[in-house]
Amino acid sequence: MPISHIMASGMTGIRAAGDLVARMEFSKNMRIGEAKEYVAKKLNVDAMDLSDEHVMRELREELDIGIITSVPGAAKSIAAKMNIEKLLGIKINSCEAFRKQIA
Amino acid sequence: MAAEYALRMGDGKRIYLTEEKILSEIEAGSGNAADLGEIPDLSVDEIDKLAQILMMPGKAVSVEHGMEVPVTHDIGTIRLDGDQGNSGVGIPSSRLVGCMMHERAFGADTMELGHIDYSFKPVKPVVANECQAMEVCQQNMIIPLFYGAMPNMGLYYTPDGPFENPGDLMKMFKIDKARESMEHAAEHLTRDTVWVMQKLFASGADGVNFDTTAAAGDADMYGTLCAVEILRTQFPDMYIEMGMAGEMVLGMHGELEYDGVRLAGLWPHEQAPLAAQAGANVFGPVVNTNTSKTSPWNLARAVTFIKAAVEASSIPCHVNMGMGVGGIPMLETPPVDAVTRASKAMVEIAGVDGI
Repeated sequence: MPISHIMASGMTGIRAAGDLVARMEFSKNMRIGEAKEYVAKKLNVDAMDLSDEHVMRELREELDIGIITSVPGAAKSIAAKMNIEKLLGIKINSCEAFRKQIA
Repeated sequence: MAAEYALRMGDGKRIYLTEEKILSEIEAGSGNAADLGEIPDLSVDEIDKLAQILMMPGKAVSVEHGMEVPVTHDIGTIRLDGDQGNSGVGIPSSRLVGCMMHERAFGADTMELGHIDYSFKPVKPVVANECQAMEVCQQNMIIPLFYGAMPNMGLYYTPDGPFENPGDLMKMFKIDKARESMEHAAEHLTRDTVWVMQKLFASGADGVNFDTTAAAGDADMYGTLCAVEILRTQFPDMYIEMGMAGEMVLGMHGELEYDGVRLAGLWPHEQAPLAAQAGANVFGPVVNTNTSKTSPWNLARAVTFIKAAVEASSIPCHVNMGMGVGGIPMLETPPVDAVTRASKAMVEIAGVDGI
């Protein structure tokens, strides 16, 4: 059933930019329109592109914010989230914890 | 003979309805919500749009390009590795594997980690285990990863917990004692959920999903709102989602108030401002499915309630659309045709910020 929702209405996570829009809703209480507009501006794309896998596949790799496949040298997990922090201008709790541990 | 469209009953059984019947069911469902919640009916245009969605020829339908919304999850990986005779499918796999499958294979926008019992109280003795799992998952994932659990205040009453069961007390007409028991349980609920989330947030969790808030009535909601308020004060950056158990808060206690508002009897559009006031980032409204009614009736009713909640809310609303809520039929394997139609209607008519 969650797959049905994802296919019918979802932004498909890191296949596109669903994780980024969700982060703005949760970190800044942004409603859906504002969150999409904010992320689109940061990514320099149209809001329509945020759910477009073709656009986001290359762009995510270029920005080094995490993709679904293995690309040698590409950022994953915490590293990708640290790049998302910089891109969106937010703090992510797991990245904060990681920084404290290596300080 | 008028054309008939394949739709569903609230229990998922296939039925065939004419356009005329679909429209009358939509009007009746919307009217029911409007009467109960004292909110506006769907407009003529909205009724027409909902009918068009229900009558679309394809088995699966979807939102228009550009209208997609983020999807949040309850129950987490338990839907894969758990099996409680309902939604879990019992696939032997770790929770890390479950989380990563959702992120990299299923296209999930967010995910959550949860204990097999999926309640806060049983997490206490194994919180270190939960923290380990959260750390490992956060080290491997990119999408927001919550810790999810149910407040489930019923676990604080005998025979499962320390406080006398209010149901038993009320049967003996000990109303004041029953209320005291609920108040004590709510205090413990607040204390436990805050303690658990202090640990999980220190382990890197992005936030918390309070799932099925108010399942045990108004005191359950009171305890949860207090927990949200404390967590917001202690952790300004914690992602907090507060999802409800049912469409109306049951007045088991009857006199509890939060921020000057009596909790008993609140509908979704009245619950949303309280969630925001307590400090939640996202509110998850619920509308129950009536298994004896048709999908047009249930979906129209749900969309009417949720549209009012979205308008009343100052924070994003991620509508609950699992089995038996939000216009989804009440069965373990909700038909894809019914789920996708409900999904599209909630986004395009109710205007939800997420699902």
